[in-house]
Amino acid sequence: MKLDTSGLESAEPVWATFNELADGFSAAPSFELPNTTDFDGFQKEAIQMVKPAKGTTTLAFIFKEGVMVAADSRASMGGYISSQSVKKIIEINPYMLGTMAGGAADCQFWHRNLGIKCRLHELANKRRISVTGASKLLANILYSYRGMGLSVGTMIAGWDETGPGLYYVDSEGGRLKGMRFSVGSGSPYAYGVLDSGYRYDMSVEEAAELARRAIYHATFRDGASGGVASVYHVGPNGWKKLSGDDVGELHYKYYPVMPSTVEQEMVEVAGA
Amino acid sequence: MTKQQANWSPYDNNGGSCVAIAGADYCVVAADTRMSTGYNILTRDYSKLCKLADKCVMASSGFQADVKALQKHLAARHLIYQHQHNKQMSCPAMAQLLSNTLYYKRFFPYYSFNVLGGLDNEGKGCVFTYDAVGSYEKVGYSSLGSGSTLIMPFLDNQLKSPSPLLLPAQDAVTPLVEAEAVDLVKTVFASASERDIYTGDKLEIVVINADGIHREYMDLRKD
Repeated sequence: MKLDTSGLESAEPVWATFNELADGFSAAPSFELPNTTDFDGFQKEAIQMVKPAKGTTTLAFIFKEGVMVAADSRASMGGYISSQSVKKIIEINPYMLGTMAGGAADCQFWHRNLGIKCRLHELANKRRISVTGASKLLANILYSYRGMGLSVGTMIAGWDETGPGLYYVDSEGGRLKGMRFSVGSGSPYAYGVLDSGYRYDMSVEEAAELARRAIYHATFRDGASGGVASVYHVGPNGWKKLSGDDVGELHYKYYPVMPSTVEQEMVEVAGA
Repeated sequence: MTKQQANWSPYDNNGGSCVAIAGADYCVVAADTRMSTGYNILTRDYSKLCKLADKCVMASSGFQADVKALQKHLAARHLIYQHQHNKQMSCPAMAQLLSNTLYYKRFFPYYSFNVLGGLDNEGKGCVFTYDAVGSYEKVGYSSLGSGSTLIMPFLDNQLKSPSPLLLPAQDAVTPLVEAEAVDLVKTVFASASERDIYTGDKLEIVVINADGIHREYMDLRKD
């Protein structure tokens, strides 16, 4: 088997007359594989040791005005919350967003890599890459590593010449086009809110509120999701972050504390 | 079919805790100097800090053999960078280099948990934290390593900087002045060494500010 390591080629300028001293450092690095007969066993153990952050709620949907993308921000290792401020919506370029579920490093690295590939496509073809094309670039890379333990569940959302685009791509090789997706451990809860409140002809404000509410309710029921609910909108002029709210404070927006009426006032007993 | 080889396990955990705090015009990076394996203390005087550039210091816990290999690799990359660009690498640049370096060993990871502290291009303090395979995040403060579960809640309680994801955005750097941050670091390590067997002996603190890098030590429990 041969791995596609083209994604690892250095973006820095190549110096034609560079001495051998820097070989192995300036040359395009490639993935080093452990020298073991039991790759699967080693991989399983190694990944267990470095403890990947798990638990996520992300969602994205197409509506009249474009694509709405939202996510929580928690990373947990077992019961320990390792971060409450993870950027799960990755800004690939001004017209395209990716979401992050699964291995944080896998998502971050391959989205960064996709950003480079999209920019190179732009320079070579004098026009921006389509969402279809970008998602396929990512899907093909992930497929080439299939079975090696990558863990990625992502949505590629953007605006191209054909209008809004939304794809779900995962490390098992799946690539689906759709109008509405949610990924991660909190996705069943998010889908519940999303499916019941979704209409194609929503305004941007309505759509943002639906996305925010879906993330909030997912963080409320899923212990592995939480932190800040970020909401992005992708329109004809690129993406814009609409809101970022601490879900702890959102709770009091959706469930305001009602001042309870006093049933009986205490009064001084006369002549005691 | 007989078993071909004994279970190959190239990793060890040498313990230790690292902390970094970013301030408005400074950055504090600290780690204890104990190195252990299991219940054995290998040495009481092993530095986990590594100066990667003029305004960039990395603290690493985990497997110190991997850490040393990583430090040497980054030092070599930084030397090449200096020859090519005739300047020191900035902290955000070093942050991404570290991320890529860790990910290139995605299938045979460096068993190291790193936190990078330094000053950005505007002279503001910045802290980047990593997992072992290179996912990274810019934060206001961070703790990693064996005592992180004891230290992190304490820092959250004392510093709780607003999340950088909030909109409208709020500044993530801690409101503390430099001396207060150094005192806080001393306190968290004194506390962690009470309850974590892998943290103790000595605390090494590095403060990075406009004047350069300043280093100081404090004794911790030796039991």
